[in-house]
Amino acid sequence: MKNSVSTWMHKRPKLRLTALLAAPTLWLVVAYLGALGALLITAFFTIDNFTGNIIAKFNLGNFHDILTDPAYRNVVLRTLGIAVSVTIICAVLAVPMAFFMAKIAKQKSQKILVALVLTPLWASYLVKIYAWRTMLEPNTGVMDWILGPIGIHSPGFGGPAIIIGLSYLWLPYMILPIYAGLERLPNSLLDASGDLGARNFYTFRRVVLPLIFPSLVAGSMFTFSLSLGDYITAQIIGGKLQMLGNVVYQNFSINLPFAATIATIPVAIMAIYLWLIRRTGALASL
Amino acid sequence: MTISKRARYALMALMGVGLAFIYVPLSVVVINSFNSSRTFSWPPSSFTTEWWSKAISNTGVRKALSWSLAAGFSATLIALLLGTSLAFAVSRYNFFGKDIISLLVVLPISLPGVVTGIALSNAFNQEIGLSTGLLTIVIGHATFCIVVVYNNALARLRRMGTSLQEASMDLGANGITTFRLITLPNLASALLAGGLLAFGLSFDEIVVTTFTAGPGIETLPIWIYNNLFRPNQAPIVNVVAATLVVVSVIPIYLSQRLSQDSTSGGRF
Repeated sequence: MKNSVSTWMHKRPKLRLTALLAAPTLWLVVAYLGALGALLITAFFTIDNFTGNIIAKFNLGNFHDILTDPAYRNVVLRTLGIAVSVTIICAVLAVPMAFFMAKIAKQKSQKILVALVLTPLWASYLVKIYAWRTMLEPNTGVMDWILGPIGIHSPGFGGPAIIIGLSYLWLPYMILPIYAGLERLPNSLLDASGDLGARNFYTFRRVVLPLIFPSLVAGSMFTFSLSLGDYITAQIIGGKLQMLGNVVYQNFSINLPFAATIATIPVAIMAIYLWLIRRTGALASL
Repeated sequence: MTISKRARYALMALMGVGLAFIYVPLSVVVINSFNSSRTFSWPPSSFTTEWWSKAISNTGVRKALSWSLAAGFSATLIALLLGTSLAFAVSRYNFFGKDIISLLVVLPISLPGVVTGIALSNAFNQEIGLSTGLLTIVIGHATFCIVVVYNNALARLRRMGTSLQEASMDLGANGITTFRLITLPNLASALLAGGLLAFGLSFDEIVVTTFTAGPGIETLPIWIYNNLFRPNQAPIVNVVAATLVVVSVIPIYLSQRLSQDSTSGGRF
């Protein structure tokens, strides 16, 4: 019996494929893509100002409001500014760390360093931001305690705090692709460059950097996109500052169509970003 | 290699600064869970284990933990089933829309959580009238967990090739026996790594959960968030936070042992 079922299936590759694909496709296409599609359609609806019910009539009012109201333009620009700053900070921190891990550390410590960089990825997201609340607390925080004596004080809760917190959260996502890129880079290239008379920094700028650029871009996809949609960090250490995600979150319960409209902004920005970087080979290096 | 000593030391110092940046905040959380001051002024003047014993008997924490475990296990199970069968389909067959489906599977973790969250919430409430509860949390979590199982399984299946299965079939084993004795044992550690990561993602998730959790259901992250700004709960929050920091060492240890396919355990 078992044998005959097996043989019967073996002769029908199409049926096997259908059986394998049915559940995942149904889940991803119907449940997920369907939900996204419905949300996108909702973005073109409005709500009745008195009852708060959604009026299912197609119009571009929400998009018009967002494009013309300078308050929303500021939120978009601020969010973009934060995401770009976070990406730059992560890259600046990650490159020397990844280089040390891949090219200088001994084989044995290399493994430990990778584990050390990976561990915080498993520590709770919320706990990490909570940690920065304790760190950045003005006057009584840990940062003032450690760095106060050398004249560096906590910026308090606000934009800089959000940038620090998000850089902290996403730093491993930048280190790991760059580390992987550097591991693939043969040491002989560095030796050759040195033999031809190039100094350290020159080799780095002319040999290493161009070769790990795709990895850098791959890392930036994480740091940039994860920052764009975040709102919890802003809620916890951002003071009164709002990012795009906060506006979506606030409108969610009072004006869903408007929330849906705003939610399309980070998605659109990400789509443009992916389109811009598609030629760098970053997508293939993931 | 021709890197000057000075450059080596400079890089070593930067590595140290980077690691300090990563570990100082986490250490502060752990130390603060023993801080005897209720306002958690820094540096702590004295230490106590009082908050730990209080947290262990705290019913809110216990309940939240059980919700999180229930959601995590269910979502992981669904992700394992769907992710593995998708990985088989993509690695072993050619079909129309293959590129689209492999893009679609990554979408839930690529899009901002808030977008996925309101999309699912809108679909549950407005479109199909499903009341939010544990089921909706599990649906939300499974959606973004599929990809990590898929990535792990796909990498392993590609590395494995088909020669072992062909050899097994040539020796007379049928499809089911081959799967049971050859394919599954070779795939097991990748599935375990993927499942571990899926559970980790689900256990830590807050944004999608915020939008899909029904009233009265608090997963651990939601519990932490709800109590974050309540001063009288701060000691308990500190203990829960410290526990989560310490516990995060376990999966990293396991996943490093399990997965040889990539350093990140297939998160990328």
